[in-house]
Amino acid sequence: MSDLKQSQPAAAEDVRRVAELAHLELTPEEEVRMGRDLNAVLGYIAQLNELDTSSVEPMAQVAEVLGNVSSSLRADVPRPSLPREAVMNSAPETDGTFFKVPKVIER
Amino acid sequence: MTKTNSALPSIAELHAALAARKAAATAATQVCYERIDAGNPTINAYLALDREGALKKASEIDASAAKGEPLPALAGVPIGIKDVLTQRGLPATAGSKILEGYRPPYTATAVQRLADAGAVLLGKLNCDEFAMGSSNENSAYGPVRNPRATDRVPGGSSGGSAAAVAARMAVATLGTDTGGSIRQPASFCGVVGVLPTYGRVSRYGLIAFASSLDRIGPFAANVRDAATVLGVIAGQDTMDATSSAEPVPDYTADLEAGVRGLRLGVPAEYFAEGLDPEVRQAVEAAIEQLRAAGAEIKPISLSHTRYAVPTYYVIATAEASANLARFDGVRYGYRAPDSNTLSAMYRRSREGGFGPEVKRRILLGTYVLSAGYYDAYYKKAQQVRRLLTNDFLSAFQQVDAILTPTAPTPAFKLGEKADDPMAMYLADIYTVTASLAGICGLSVPCGDSREGLPIGLQILGKHFDESTVFRVGQAVEELQS
Repeated sequence: MSDLKQSQPAAAEDVRRVAELAHLELTPEEEVRMGRDLNAVLGYIAQLNELDTSSVEPMAQVAEVLGNVSSSLRADVPRPSLPREAVMNSAPETDGTFFKVPKVIER
Repeated sequence: MTKTNSALPSIAELHAALAARKAAATAATQVCYERIDAGNPTINAYLALDREGALKKASEIDASAAKGEPLPALAGVPIGIKDVLTQRGLPATAGSKILEGYRPPYTATAVQRLADAGAVLLGKLNCDEFAMGSSNENSAYGPVRNPRATDRVPGGSSGGSAAAVAARMAVATLGTDTGGSIRQPASFCGVVGVLPTYGRVSRYGLIAFASSLDRIGPFAANVRDAATVLGVIAGQDTMDATSSAEPVPDYTADLEAGVRGLRLGVPAEYFAEGLDPEVRQAVEAAIEQLRAAGAEIKPISLSHTRYAVPTYYVIATAEASANLARFDGVRYGYRAPDSNTLSAMYRRSREGGFGPEVKRRILLGTYVLSAGYYDAYYKKAQQVRRLLTNDFLSAFQQVDAILTPTAPTPAFKLGEKADDPMAMYLADIYTVTASLAGICGLSVPCGDSREGLPIGLQILGKHFDESTVFRVGQAVEELQS
């Protein structure tokens, strides 16, 4: 388990890689600015390293503390969903049945 | 006497006027629209209005009242809805260009419950983009201005919701709180804002920011009205698997019980450096009043407090990066024209549609979840989240509620923190702890600064103990008047 990389700043390649993962196309100016902001926040976040959490269970959901871990899942019975027409009204491009998008495979 | 919007009735007063058959719903609705027409060009609280629908509903309520029919709990109450909540027939922008023109095909459960309880839905309220922000300067549709001082921010992200109540453009509004986005604007605008326990109110129809943190809650001019609205929207919903089966009590039942015998904790960590001296003075004075009214004031320690902001900004941004992946130009919202490939369409649509703060948070969230960093950041933050929660659980064995300032300062000026994201994040310092722990709370006005800017007292309560929080809030409100 790796510890917080304390003063290892996010390099420009890190920003580009993360932007790619997040499907964001940043301008060169944005890349610089975001890199700077990201580093400021990461530097601040590094203080979490001061805490010894080796014996602490991670807590993703408050539900476990509330005793609300879903025993209340509904029955697996199909129900009507949104009417297709209502959904397609919001679509940028559609043939009425499908959402139309540019080609998926780049040649 | 209830503290009310001047010229707008409280919910109880409106109910009485309806029962007396005075066409009160239409009157109240018209007052709101008059104030919106006069003030919204400056305040920019509302993004969309439904005059026709609202006046129609109001006249239906008045007709029903005229016949002496029994009236539901919020009959005729004019209410505004934060634009991250869906209401079929009206746009939902989430304060973003990426959803410009989007009209949701369904209504959020919380909004539907208001409508079913007789409320008059006035329109959609401005907010920081995707609820990310503490000043309502991140809206793609212009900032909201604080009605108490129009060169100042109203707070965020529910700036429009807080401002609308403060400017008498609604009797109550719905906002959302992920890291403080109801409580902090309530404090900045001088109104009451409620943070219900996580799972208390269904999130179905809330455009998600951080799914383990998001809560929907009411703003109102007084504690009783806020409690009344919460009672209507709270309760389990089959459409939200995280909504709780915990029964919903009558939140107004014990409102006037007073604070005699209650143990109220004051955590040292919230009164340390960074707290504006005038805020400290107003909050300490309010605490003193509660002591004089019979509460037992106990010093407590919430020792992990200073790790809350970094913890929050790891968890919230990580969850946001996942939740905002759906905005890709495929099914709704903005699609960048002339993209040659699918992945170009994704990138260009998101780049063109999202504002800088949203991009910043998506990048941070993606980073902390990415391979090689997940354990160091995200898992670590989840562990610290447990420590922060345990601080509260221990404290609530000694006290019934906890008192703190809501924000470290009164409302700051527009533009003052806009260039420094870190400074903006630190404004959340007193609110993110409760967000991470899932507990409930509210902000109630407790005085003004010398410049006349509102100051809020935050009252935090145990999970599902909103009744105690309201009871203390009511006492503070009465002691202020």
